[in-house]
Amino acid sequence: MTPDHNKLDAVTGVATTGHDWDGIQELNTPLPRWWLWSFYACIVWAFGYWIAYPAWPLATSYTKGVLGYQTRTAIEQDMAALQVLRGDNVAKIAAKPLAEIEKDPALLTVARAIGKASFGNNCAPCHGQGAQGAKNYPNLNDDQWIWGGSLDAIKQTITHGIRNEDAESRVGPMPAFVKDGILKKDDVPHLAAFVRTLAGNKPERGDAAKGKALFAENCAACHGEAGKGNPEMGAPNLTANIWLYGGDQATIEDTITNGRGGVMPAWNGRLDEPTIKALTVYVHSLGGGQ
Amino acid sequence: MSTAESGARPPLSPVVGGLDEDIPLYEARKEIYPAAVQGRFRTIKWAILLVTLGIYYFLPFVRWDRGPNAPDQAVLIDLANGRFYFFPIEIWPQELYYITGLMVIAALGLFLMNAVAGRMWCGYLCPQTVWTDLFYAVERLIEGDRREQMKKAQGPWDLERIAQKILKHSLWLLIAWWTGGAWVLYFADAPTLVLDLVTFQAPVVAYVWIGILTFTTYVLAGFMREQVCLYMCPWPRIQAALTDEYALNVTYRYDRGEQRMSVKKAEAARARGEPAGDCVDCHQCVNVCPTGVDIRDGLQLGCIQCGLCIDACDNVMAKIGRPTGLIGYDTDVNVQRRIAREEPTYKLVRARTVLYSVLIVGIGALMTFTLATRTSLGLSALHDRNPVFVTLADGSIRNGFTMRLTNKSLEARPFRLELIGLAGAHLDVVGMPSTAEQSALLEVLPDQTRELRVLVTAPKGDAAASRTIRFRLTDVVTGATAYTDDFFKGPGSAP
Repeated sequence: MTPDHNKLDAVTGVATTGHDWDGIQELNTPLPRWWLWSFYACIVWAFGYWIAYPAWPLATSYTKGVLGYQTRTAIEQDMAALQVLRGDNVAKIAAKPLAEIEKDPALLTVARAIGKASFGNNCAPCHGQGAQGAKNYPNLNDDQWIWGGSLDAIKQTITHGIRNEDAESRVGPMPAFVKDGILKKDDVPHLAAFVRTLAGNKPERGDAAKGKALFAENCAACHGEAGKGNPEMGAPNLTANIWLYGGDQATIEDTITNGRGGVMPAWNGRLDEPTIKALTVYVHSLGGGQ
Repeated sequence: MSTAESGARPPLSPVVGGLDEDIPLYEARKEIYPAAVQGRFRTIKWAILLVTLGIYYFLPFVRWDRGPNAPDQAVLIDLANGRFYFFPIEIWPQELYYITGLMVIAALGLFLMNAVAGRMWCGYLCPQTVWTDLFYAVERLIEGDRREQMKKAQGPWDLERIAQKILKHSLWLLIAWWTGGAWVLYFADAPTLVLDLVTFQAPVVAYVWIGILTFTTYVLAGFMREQVCLYMCPWPRIQAALTDEYALNVTYRYDRGEQRMSVKKAEAARARGEPAGDCVDCHQCVNVCPTGVDIRDGLQLGCIQCGLCIDACDNVMAKIGRPTGLIGYDTDVNVQRRIAREEPTYKLVRARTVLYSVLIVGIGALMTFTLATRTSLGLSALHDRNPVFVTLADGSIRNGFTMRLTNKSLEARPFRLELIGLAGAHLDVVGMPSTAEQSALLEVLPDQTRELRVLVTAPKGDAAASRTIRFRLTDVVTGATAYTDDFFKGPGSAP
């Protein structure tokens, strides 16, 4: 049925669209003219937009638009604007010694904010979002530092990393005592038993007394007579019951047998000096800083 | 059929379209030339216009002394520093609920107005109405009243007409520009900004906003006018759903007005003892209407209820010696009652008016109470999520917190931060020397928040999974306190 556009609604006297749904009809209230023109203006605007901005996909490319707009350049502009915004504070962080940054409440807040953001971008994949660490990756919130927890030591570690190709990288391997033939396989449970007692744990097997002699002979050079560790050589404190690789008997035996050599990248090539300083202050302020 | 006898409404005015004629795609606008009118409601509208625009244009220049560390502008929205100043009240972003409360009160006020007398907002207070009214006044001042304007619109573009148009639009743009100019003054120190604006030293954003508001004021009040009410505004639609039959509305009392006839015919009919309506069909009510509706069609979306038709009709009634009030604030219920020879009834006290009033008073009282009793210091703690606790080399347990100390007073204040509820533990603030104390002394600058990293360490052997602790902040000078409760987590298993 062709809709009858000329039908008038009996109650209001307004024309209807002629559409009829079970006796319900729709009033035909025309748009005001300015509304219609606004609608046409929007259509014209869309054509202008196609010309001005990237719009249409082509086979291997897309129409670039005459304004040359790109989201990538927009991001770059935003980042540049951010640098300008941070300018003063970044300059102060670059100029001041680490200890003074930490004593200045305003600068500490800024450094922690920059450090936290940078930590999330660069460090969190291994150390965790809250620097809580994971197996094989140390927790940075505690006061157990393998390579030292002072501001300078932390900065050195971040800048040059651990056991990598950087010239000033931290080095100091934990040898594979059995694989390299320094220790006999049978001695390992005794040594591991002694290491467990250092942290106040009971050995699961082996003779700790025999292990004590082996420790003095093989381990004390790096870990110290009492097993307190030595940050100069990256030898961890074995008495704190905080374990990077695990403190159970089997893991300790594995560590002695096969050695350890965890690595950390040097960040001096990727992060600038003020960012590394901010990161240092952030890590130091997590709680364990010395 | 006499409508007066039957009590039926008068027939509606002719509508768009019709039989044997295609409905147009759009509705061409009907030009409106509202005539000047004098009377009670016109006077009220002038008064409201003067007061509201006066407040809007001049409020930024009102000063309010707050001391050396705060701006002295009575009303200021300081976006850069996140502060809103309103005379003695200063609101921080986290206190946005005060603004929410104000908006709830404003909405309820709108509902109450609506329950009492319909679209009072639309007719007297809405910025669209007020500015359009002002623009119409300027138009009449330069181009003359309704008749002259209509005559000129048909006439040639002579020099006088062109000069008048230029003058009118210049004045409109001046008002619009001042409107935008006043707007930006609420966001910065007004006298300084005015000086910066005239010497072209003001920030670009100020000029942009002045431009935007100049444009919107000029277009909305100069050209869009009643179209805003008819097509753009949601309030008439919502209002219709909120009203009831006892709300007073600008009403054509058709019980008195119908049948419409000329003065002479009505006198003759009355002399014969026949019924005659008071409406002489002079169209004065339509001529003065700023939205161009005919009030005699009854309550309708286009009617903003400004009351100008009441003034126009009263003037005519006085001239022809009939009682005024043919159009007036009334209800359809009363019109029907008069037809049925009953006394009119007015119900101001109804469930909805009482409810809205009680809610407005209640929320207002609650806000006043909280504003009067709020403290000038604040404390919040955010427990580290990862790790929730750390075991140190000596076996002690440490929890880390990010804390915010707020000093809302306008002087630097020394605060004492204390840990309560964890015997043997100590509290450290990063950046300050470590102590064995459970408290620390800190200074917070005026009107600022200081963020701290706070470490709480409990000695070895304390292995509970979780305990409630409290941080208390004391203003060392005034003794005022604030506190926040949190948890101290340990390696123990939960009970």
